[in-house]
Amino acid sequence: MTGRKILMDFEVTPTSHTLEAYAARGGYQTVSRVLREMKPTDVTKEVTEAGIQGRGGASFPAGRKWQVVDPHDGEPHYLLANADEGEPGTFKDRWILENAPHKLLESMLIAAYALGCRNTFVYIRGEFDLPYRRLQAAVEEAYKAGYFGEKILGSGFSCDIYVFRGGGAYVCGEASSLLASVEGIRGYPRNRPPRLTVKGLYQCPTVVNNVETLSNLAWILRHGAAEYRKVGTPKSPGTRLISISGHVNRPGVYEVELGYPWRKFLDEDCGGILGGRKLKAIIPGGISSQVLPGETAYELMLSHEALWDVNSSLGSGGMIAIAEGTCMVRLLQIMLRFYHHESCGQCTPCREGMGWAHRVIDRIVAGQGRPEDIDTLIRISKFNDGTTICGLGDAAGYATVDFIKHFRDEFEYFIEHKRSKNDGRLECLPEVANA
Amino acid sequence: MKHLIPEFEELKKRLPPGKNGTLVLPCLHRIQDDRGYIADEDITGLVEYLGVPRIQIEEVLSFYTMLRRKPIGRWHVQVCRNVSCSMRGAERLIDHVSRHLGVKPGQTTADGRFTLSTVECLGSCGTAPVVMVNERYHELQDAQSLDKLLGELTQQ
Repeated sequence: MTGRKILMDFEVTPTSHTLEAYAARGGYQTVSRVLREMKPTDVTKEVTEAGIQGRGGASFPAGRKWQVVDPHDGEPHYLLANADEGEPGTFKDRWILENAPHKLLESMLIAAYALGCRNTFVYIRGEFDLPYRRLQAAVEEAYKAGYFGEKILGSGFSCDIYVFRGGGAYVCGEASSLLASVEGIRGYPRNRPPRLTVKGLYQCPTVVNNVETLSNLAWILRHGAAEYRKVGTPKSPGTRLISISGHVNRPGVYEVELGYPWRKFLDEDCGGILGGRKLKAIIPGGISSQVLPGETAYELMLSHEALWDVNSSLGSGGMIAIAEGTCMVRLLQIMLRFYHHESCGQCTPCREGMGWAHRVIDRIVAGQGRPEDIDTLIRISKFNDGTTICGLGDAAGYATVDFIKHFRDEFEYFIEHKRSKNDGRLECLPEVANA
Repeated sequence: MKHLIPEFEELKKRLPPGKNGTLVLPCLHRIQDDRGYIADEDITGLVEYLGVPRIQIEEVLSFYTMLRRKPIGRWHVQVCRNVSCSMRGAERLIDHVSRHLGVKPGQTTADGRFTLSTVECLGSCGTAPVVMVNERYHELQDAQSLDKLLGELTQQ
């Protein structure tokens, strides 16, 4: 068991995602009480006091984001749930969309009420099929039951929701780029200021929150900020959905109370590393969070502050465990190929830098690496840092620098011997273990 | 695309009024579901219906990888090759399916039945490797299960 549960607090059955099942678990009672008894600013106050941090990657406190929006300024406001889950290694929002769509919808109603939004969106990645169908079905159920539309539950509050499918662009997970996509143009990120909470969708104040962040709200408003604060650690309240993949025996989505020991999570909950091997390294929260050597991870607890202390982060909660014997050079090659492919091309350092870095690592893997290539990769990474509009180029750079920092010998070996120190292995196969 | 206009009108009901740009992606998705790709006449029709500049639609089409300007095979087989899938055997799987179909990623079989592609992270890392066929995910795939699946699809 991985601590107390907020999101996975029910048994998943073939019908547990329906409105009927959700209502039987007390669903939509919180929003109906909120609409009756609370002022919008009280809701924001509660969320701020709960101290919930964003679950999409940046861990920015949701309440502080909300405080910028004045629900009574007379302008239209918009709320968007970011379900463009594309960070490699991350598949936790998919769990919510498939298994608890009404939790998200009720929470979005609460948020829309607090922020004064008439129109809300869920931006879901285009490839998601079952999550889309489940969510769309839930939206129809909720409309039919009167939870969306005009004058909800007899209150003066009206709200519509639209499930918007993306077009297969990783960069659209970045909030400003996501808004551009909803406006019907290329998903290019844009510079801040102005912040999106000041000028966002259609130039109006807009809040973009991750699906998991929003889905916690129904619980927070039901039990109160003080109760929420009792879960997790003082600096990282609540739980996180961790989606773990790679070389572990039991990959999947786990709800982990923040402050839970990492070693216990890997060894007991995830069943240890494949073939009983040693953990070589771990990517804690999507490939854009910095890689950590296995022995470092084992000593930490799973919380935002513990990860920040070692210059990494829980990021998007997409954890990838890497067993001993895996070629880190080839892993970085896959990552740089990805960033190159997904760079939107707007900023020169990222557009050119990603292609360049990709060509350099391809050259190393092809056995044609040059001694100066390692420094070239680091130079490209450092040049990218802070010179682009969004974080894609920065993240690729951090990943590169940390792979080289922790596993420099493998890169040097590859260049010198024109082959991998680990035979280029990415998989953890039993016959290889015996060889 | 003209026959889809009543559906597009339905979509407008839950969107903020007067924001036609927001319909660009939903309309393109729907047209592609209907025809299999976006034809020149669809663009012309959409320009007329939404009142947005043609260049805006062209730009969107060249930006989003899911949108196609040309028809592809009956079954679009997309194998994920990102970090988690590669760590669970995606590279061997791509080689295998490529041999099985006799085409390289990016190509369509001569009978027009299968198009093979590689993709980056489909968000199904815990059940890697994952293969997407048209809109459906097939998780925890290996050479045998994929051969079986392709065999079934050949019958359809």
